Amino acid sequence: MVIYGVAILAGCFLVGTVVGEFIGAIMGVDSNVGGVGIAMLLLIIVVDKLIKAGKISKPALDGLSFWNQMYIPVVIAMAASQNVLGALTGGPLAIIAGIAVVIISLACVPLISGKQKEAAITSPTIGGEADA
Amino acid sequence: MLDIILGVFTDNGLVMAFLVIGITMWLAYLISNKLTKGRIHGSAIAIVLGLVLAYIGGVATDGSKGLSDVSFLAGVGFLGGSMLRDFAIVATSFGANFDEIKKAGFRGIISLFVGVLLSFIVGVIFAFMFGYTDPVDMTTIGAGTVTYIVGPVTGAALGASSEIIAISIAAGLVKSVLVMISTPFVAKYIGLNNPMSAMVFGGLMGTTSGVTGGLAATDPKLVPYGAVTATFYTGLGCLLAPTILFLITDMIF
Repeated sequence: MVIYGVAILAGCFLVGTVVGEFIGAIMGVDSNVGGVGIAMLLLIIVVDKLIKAGKISKPALDGLSFWNQMYIPVVIAMAASQNVLGALTGGPLAIIAGIAVVIISLACVPLISGKQKEAAITSPTIGGEADA
Repeated sequence: MLDIILGVFTDNGLVMAFLVIGITMWLAYLISNKLTKGRIHGSAIAIVLGLVLAYIGGVATDGSKGLSDVSFLAGVGFLGGSMLRDFAIVATSFGANFDEIKKAGFRGIISLFVGVLLSFIVGVIFAFMFGYTDPVDMTTIGAGTVTYIVGPVTGAALGASSEIIAISIAAGLVKSVLVMISTPFVAKYIGLNNPMSAMVFGGLMGTTSGVTGGLAATDPKLVPYGAVTATFYTGLGCLLAPTILFLITDMIF
């Protein structure tokens, strides 16, 4: 059943979000700390275990795959709901500081990641067709 | 007549959003294939189209939520809002390689701390150059260049004025929009073509919307790796900026 895959995703999402809120509360921060990241790691582990145990059906994986591929449309909807006007009318300080921080941070990516082989992306699990 | 049609669109916001975003993507991929012969990825064009629509929505309604402030397009805001966005981000990890994440874990954590610290310092320096010498103002603007959520959280904690908080949010927004647009173009120069560099990229840039949007436009397979670190960034920023980073700024100035 397709809904099983969606339900597994929903379960991981909610557990991660709750944990993230707790971490935030313990740290005394009014923010979710890493909830989505924790949910992602949880989903990877859970799905991996289920596939290895042969306990997850093709339709259930399709339920996961659907939301995996809905990611780009969701990102575009997100872009369309950004306060772009606010960014452009925030004054020169906001614009210059924003540009500077992006350039400097981008320049640091190769410094920290070091030399890596190109396109070492393999997916061990089936499905997960992320290209849209 | 028009009222009835707009009424249907408004009442079925999410369904309307599926249609609007679907058409936007179709148009974007058409532009990508016909005008750029596939050189610029369709999703990169779609994101830019989305941002242009957001600007038009902002001008038309004077609101802060882009296209979704137009009443019959409010569903776009729901589809791109934090709930479905985070839900879809989690779904991208389906297909990600856990071993790669473990392998890059240490550098990912380093990049998180460097990213928050670096963004904060850049913001503080520019605030100083623009004549802000009050440590509360400088910290709030510095926090804004971390992300547009850390800025207001920090400003509220330190009691900054609403004008300063507005600048900090704007700086974060500029960062986020710029990361979305520039990532596909700079990707090959910064080696952004493998899980490790994607995780470092996520940790350094930190803005979840910028990182995931930028990576989606570069190579969708990299999204989960960037997202897994980026989602810790705002929380770390909210933790460090109003506390340690404020104390240090206060000591120096």
